[in-house]
Amino acid sequence: MMEQFGLLRFIPLIPLAGAALNILFGARLRPQFAGFLACGAVALSFLVSLAVFWLLPASGVFRDVLFIWIDSEPFKAQLSFQADALTAVMLLVITGIGLLIHVYSLGYMGDDEGMTRYFAYLNLFVFFMSLLVLADNLLLLFVGWEGVGLCSYLLIGFWYEDHTNTIAGNKAFIVNRIGDFGFLLGVLLLFWEMGRQGVWTLNFSELERAAHLLRPESVTLITLLFFAGATGKSAQIPLYVWLPDAMQGPTPVSALIHAATMVTAGVYMTARLHFLFSLAPATLAVIATIGALTAFFAATIAVAQNDIKRVLAYSTVSQLGYMFLAAGVGAFSAAIFHLFTHAFFKACLFLGSGSVIHALGGEQDMRKMGGLRRYLPTTYWTYLVAALVISGAPLTAGFFSKDQILWQAYASPNGSTQLWLLAWLTAGLTAFYMFRQLFMVFHGACRVAEPAKARLHESPAAMTVPLVLLALGSIFAGWLGTPDFMWGSVWDPWLQSVLGVQEAVDDAAPGGELFLMALTLGIAALGFLLAFLLYGRESRVAERIAATTIYRWLAHKYYVDEIYDCVFVRPFTACARWLAQIFDPGFIDGFVNGVASTIRAGSLSWRRIQSGDVQHYLFAFLAGTLLIFAYLLGR
Amino acid sequence: MSDLSLLVFLPALGALGLLVIPRSRNSALLQAALSVALLTFLQSLWILYRFDPNLGEMQLVERLAWIPAYGIDYFVGIDGLSLFLVLLTTFLGPITILASWTIRERIKEYLFFMLLLETGMLGALVALDLFLFYVYWEVMLVPMYFLIGVWGGPRRIYAAVKFVIYTMAGSLLMLVGIIFLATRNFQVTQRLTFDLLRIAHLHLPYDEQMWLFLAFALSFAIKVPLFPLHTWLPDAHVEAPTAGSVILAAILLKMGTYGFLRFAIPLFPEAALVAAPFIAALALTGIIYGAMVAMMQEDLKKLVAYSSVSHLGFVMLGLFTFNLQGIQGALYQMLNHGLSTGALFLIVGMIYERRHARMIDDFGGLWKQLPVFSSFFLVVTLSSIGLPGLNGFVGEFLILLGAFEVSPLWAAVAASGVVLGAIYMLWMFRRVVFGPLARPENQRLQDLNSREIFMLAPIVGLIFFMGIYPQPFLSRMKSSVRLVIQRVESQKLAVPLIRGEASDEEKAARGN
Amino acid sequence: MAPLNYYLVLSAIIFAIGVAGVVIRRNFIVILLSIELMLNAVNLTFIAFARYLGSMEGQVIVFFVMTVAAAEAVVGLAIIISIFRHRRSLDPREMQLLKW
Repeated sequence: MMEQFGLLRFIPLIPLAGAALNILFGARLRPQFAGFLACGAVALSFLVSLAVFWLLPASGVFRDVLFIWIDSEPFKAQLSFQADALTAVMLLVITGIGLLIHVYSLGYMGDDEGMTRYFAYLNLFVFFMSLLVLADNLLLLFVGWEGVGLCSYLLIGFWYEDHTNTIAGNKAFIVNRIGDFGFLLGVLLLFWEMGRQGVWTLNFSELERAAHLLRPESVTLITLLFFAGATGKSAQIPLYVWLPDAMQGPTPVSALIHAATMVTAGVYMTARLHFLFSLAPATLAVIATIGALTAFFAATIAVAQNDIKRVLAYSTVSQLGYMFLAAGVGAFSAAIFHLFTHAFFKACLFLGSGSVIHALGGEQDMRKMGGLRRYLPTTYWTYLVAALVISGAPLTAGFFSKDQILWQAYASPNGSTQLWLLAWLTAGLTAFYMFRQLFMVFHGACRVAEPAKARLHESPAAMTVPLVLLALGSIFAGWLGTPDFMWGSVWDPWLQSVLGVQEAVDDAAPGGELFLMALTLGIAALGFLLAFLLYGRESRVAERIAATTIYRWLAHKYYVDEIYDCVFVRPFTACARWLAQIFDPGFIDGFVNGVASTIRAGSLSWRRIQSGDVQHYLFAFLAGTLLIFAYLLGR
Repeated sequence: MSDLSLLVFLPALGALGLLVIPRSRNSALLQAALSVALLTFLQSLWILYRFDPNLGEMQLVERLAWIPAYGIDYFVGIDGLSLFLVLLTTFLGPITILASWTIRERIKEYLFFMLLLETGMLGALVALDLFLFYVYWEVMLVPMYFLIGVWGGPRRIYAAVKFVIYTMAGSLLMLVGIIFLATRNFQVTQRLTFDLLRIAHLHLPYDEQMWLFLAFALSFAIKVPLFPLHTWLPDAHVEAPTAGSVILAAILLKMGTYGFLRFAIPLFPEAALVAAPFIAALALTGIIYGAMVAMMQEDLKKLVAYSSVSHLGFVMLGLFTFNLQGIQGALYQMLNHGLSTGALFLIVGMIYERRHARMIDDFGGLWKQLPVFSSFFLVVTLSSIGLPGLNGFVGEFLILLGAFEVSPLWAAVAASGVVLGAIYMLWMFRRVVFGPLARPENQRLQDLNSREIFMLAPIVGLIFFMGIYPQPFLSRMKSSVRLVIQRVESQKLAVPLIRGEASDEEKAARGN
Repeated sequence: MAPLNYYLVLSAIIFAIGVAGVVIRRNFIVILLSIELMLNAVNLTFIAFARYLGSMEGQVIVFFVMTVAAAEAVVGLAIIISIFRHRRSLDPREMQLLKW
């Protein structure tokens, strides 16, 4: 059921207008005004999204066609939007949490000289991100996909005077491009494979209708290529390396782009194309494996980080792994549910860390914090709530969404015990690193150096209000999707219109889900306890751990960056350097100039004939005449 | 005089007009040249207005006997292949003149050559008589030779001579090819003519096609420049004055790709089909190679020059896919490259005028001092790396789409060029614009003045427009591209013709 | 009367002497003289043929040749004198300005 809904276009266009106004006229406005303009734009966008959410009939789709974008027969891509349940959820996350983060930024960036630029980029991000989820075809989705990458690049390098920031921005963009390479090829392959079946389209609904026509092996290849794109954008193995570095950007940016929304684009895309992925069990197995491995792998790294934001960054990578695990076992609805809840608690954590960093005047090293509970009470309480939620404390959002994933990983036809085991271990690690962080930052003795300590203060209301709202959201957002033995899920039926009815999980053991839940709770509690024992009290154990080899490995992130540098970056640049400095000037241009100089050398020797002596010429003339005579006579 | 002829000769007339203005009156000279260029642009808009988008054939044609004894006509016309290249030329005309505002020495001769160059380029784009085309083709060389050789950098003579000799070496072979074609046509039809449209009916045997194709292709490939014939380009770009670089990159290079599309492919379709894999291989090599070499350049102009090699590789790849997406994408990419690389050279020129330095390491942290400049720079950089929503993406995507149909491998290699493009452009951008503003000489730089904003703003506007709404462009190209494709497609099926025998069409034509 | 061949052989010998003189001798005046020698060898051939064929054309041509030779001698000597004034030499090996 398609319905024209002309308001859709305004969801992306209002923030775009905000960004344009700020870019063009921002220099002449007061910076504070730029902030309000940006917040207002996102607020309007949020209202429209709410309207869409409210008005959207069950299993209905809103459409808004603007114009034909590219038409080159048989290829045709329209600039048109569609909103279904999945899009509506994503829109609420993007504009809702986006709005909170905009407001928070008013406080956080209040005294930055680049505030206009900051809000312009932020608005631009909301534009691209809503474009991404509203797109009704793959190519338009790709516009948003690359566009959010651009905004991420610009915002990571926002404080451009520091090289580390801009290098991190470049890394993010380039690693994403490597993933997009796969994505783009996937689009091309899909287009021509579909065309071979007589369906020339990249439109989602048309693709869904025709997906069954595709040959199985090409579906596998197509979905693998798409997933390659997703590993870039959503920071999965092997392309996750950019996300921790992306923490160089302002903290609200980390919250919005690198936790709540942009990095989940890969998950969204997988869910959006679920009809393709479901046809490719091999790809699903790959996704599930990579998701589970990433979840576990990133969680182990998070355990040993000392930078407050890096812990959260690896935690994000790990949680994204959960989402892909869910998608990989075919539980797309669970993946999106976790995406939804994760947006709340991770944004809350990031904004909380931002509040801490703000209070400390830019300090990010957790070893130089401690005991901040007394100085930043609101931040502390919201942080505590979010940490509990992410660790899966009962009856919070994280509890429900994570439980669903674990249950699906174990019980769904595509799941397996190994996948569950990895996810289960990750749950324990999550609780451990979160509470390690909480204890290091907020508990114990205050290790803040003196001048900063005197200026410790709770953040302004613009920052704390979003924190509180997000903390509340973290708790209650999960109640939309409780297990069947409670009041059941309103979430799954809502998304079923888009994602289809999930294959019923074997209900032979109704106690199974409860049992697994208990196991998860158990390991999370264990993680919490361990964190408390090691970091919650004054003890020397933490230091001794920090000296071990394995800890050093973890702290250096398994040296993955260094390995990539040696295996890919260095040989490649060496090759490029050889081409640029030796091959091109030496061989290719050398050949050209060689031809020229050979001709020159030849002329130089031949011109000796022109001796200038008349008698030589005469002699040559004579000899020539004689030769001609001889030829004529001898013929 | 028809509209097209007026368009072609307006700049030349303007150049003659400049001669009567006294040499001492710099600003009068500049203003006169600017108004001539603007008039030409307006005239081209009028042509755009009169252009029928649904027609694939030549429009607005004009034919006058020129050297009747040899069947040489003054024969011009325009179709979907040349329309936007003509517009690009006239669009950049006023901008390049504005870019020359700071030239102080021999301004009169300089402007004279600039306008003459514009006539040469426009003429080559609309010429439909092979001989006329060749004349314009060579006419373009002369002003460019002087622009580089007189107003260029320290190694200008070397660069200018290299440019001219390299191009000339190729085009002489083409001249031989043209004469051969005309005589062959005479043998078959008993009618001596250099008319492209008539000669296009000639069905040549395969081996002759191959040789002629090679002669034409060499000439065009040097101009493109196709790897490995590209080394004149960095030298010429580095030495040329800003406006020269802009024209060189934006339009002269397109003459090569346009030549392929207008002459080499339709005249020798069979040979083009056979050569396609080889040319595509060279194009793909060029994409990767240009990008990798660009990555390691320290000189901004050289970097942009090598990026052109990479981008033009895309265009060549698109042309030799022989499908609608590929060729439309290639045509579109020609315009994109003209805009984005032209703008990049303008930007490098602006910074060079301020700092008299071009090395990447001389800069850093410019955003702080030059925010407007840097914003323009950012948009142009993003356009160059094909960010979706900007013009570059539409072209690149269509080319990839077309290439994928022919060979997924081509598309994969070309797509990796997109990744590399992001790497070298962003490295460069980061080193020039980001970072601390460390050097004291950079701390006094002035941001763009209104003249410079007037130069860049239209380009950036088009960059956005062409990225968001490419349909007006694509739809006008479609019919003409279709005709080219039909020609090639028909050859895929045709049986080899017997040498020298006229086709039915020609027999019919001879009857008239 | 001596047969035609005798005249032709004689004139060929004289012509060869002239050629050798032009190519070998190192003095412009001698070279000029050698050229005269060649011209006169040709004249001899003309006369011989005219006589042998009983036709007047050959003799007419000889008059032309003599006129031209006279003019040539005049111009040539004038040039030689002017060269000598400039260079104080008549050696052709020293007059090599027009080389490569």
